[in-house]
Amino acid sequence: MEHYLSLFIRSIFIENLALSFFLGMCTYLAVSKKIETALGLGIAVIVVQAITVPANNLIYQLLLKDGALAWAGFPDVDLSFLGLISFIGVIAAMVQIIEMAMDKYTPALYNALGIFLPLITVNCAILGGTLFMVERDYNFAESAVYGVGSGLGWALAITAIAGIREKLKYSDVPDGLQGLGITFITAGLMALGFMAFSGIQL
Amino acid sequence: MASQAKSNVLDPLIDTNPITLQVLGVCSALAVTTNMMAALIMSIALTTVTAFSGMLISSIRNHIPSTIRIIVQMTIIASLVIVVDQLLKAYAYEASKQLSVFVGLIITNCIVLGRAEAYAMKNPPMLSFLDGIGNGLGYSLILMVVAFFRELLGAGKLFGIQVIPVANEGGWYIPNGLMLLPPSAFFVIGLLIWAIRSWKKDQVEAADYQIHQVHRTEIL
Repeated sequence: MEHYLSLFIRSIFIENLALSFFLGMCTYLAVSKKIETALGLGIAVIVVQAITVPANNLIYQLLLKDGALAWAGFPDVDLSFLGLISFIGVIAAMVQIIEMAMDKYTPALYNALGIFLPLITVNCAILGGTLFMVERDYNFAESAVYGVGSGLGWALAITAIAGIREKLKYSDVPDGLQGLGITFITAGLMALGFMAFSGIQL
Repeated sequence: MASQAKSNVLDPLIDTNPITLQVLGVCSALAVTTNMMAALIMSIALTTVTAFSGMLISSIRNHIPSTIRIIVQMTIIASLVIVVDQLLKAYAYEASKQLSVFVGLIITNCIVLGRAEAYAMKNPPMLSFLDGIGNGLGYSLILMVVAFFRELLGAGKLFGIQVIPVANEGGWYIPNGLMLLPPSAFFVIGLLIWAIRSWKKDQVEAADYQIHQVHRTEIL
């Protein structure tokens, strides 16, 4: 239990996808002008991440990994080179399914997140989470915890920067730094803040 | 035709740079720039994928139904990235370990999909190929500049070769460790954007809100 708790905390703060691995930066910089939209996108990322990372874990462990097809009578087959294409397929399909399910069962949430759901397919944080899961060889339970934790970390980061940017628009920024430039500097300072967590041993 | 081809390659270098102006493909630009060798390999990989995906997608653009175009584009891009990934693992294993997940993340690199969607779907294959090369080079340029500063100031090295003697080996330069850590990439790119926009004034973004109306009337 303790192992999962520490993995959870680590994936939120110490190994924050946005601020220490720079994943999902395009959307992070583009959709962080307002707190409400940032929060909506953040929640959508948590949901998608929590479903796709464990789903991809199952596919990897049962179908693609070296020797994983032993149950089907092919112990020598190694399909891991098909990883990337199947992961992105799963992510695209999952996003589509979640979108349809939300539309049917929770229309209020669907309307709130509507436009962000398709964007998530090309958010590198989602694919990045899956690839880290493969690289670190997580088992199913670990990958579920990691999926929720890393999604939560990303949501936290984008909501925080949206809050800062809302205040920042009243400040007198030099012309060349206006907009994108100052956002980079702000994100840099936030990353510096998050580095304070890096010394924590769990 | 010839001038169109030339501007496809040259414009994305500074004028419509994918990273500093279009805000595409920022993730990997930040993550792989701690040393120049990794940045160079990443640049080559991304330029190749962007160019060939542009060419392939453009050559079948009239046969893709628009409702499933994203899936088709993704499949083409993912296949190209798998080829690049396998080549790197075969011929540059150390480098592919160092780039870890970022080669795979070329699939979701917004430059590739962004150019496929914005340019290759509307233009002939050869021009799309050149557009891919141009945007890949624009990305590479930023990557190399950022990696140059980070490696030089952070470790006193360029391409892994010591160019400034560092203090703990008897030299005079005390390396700035911050330059090797994640936050510095944000600062370097932020300052780079500032530099480019001070030079190319037309890239400056208008302020959302202004307090000093008297001396900044030019924005209104």
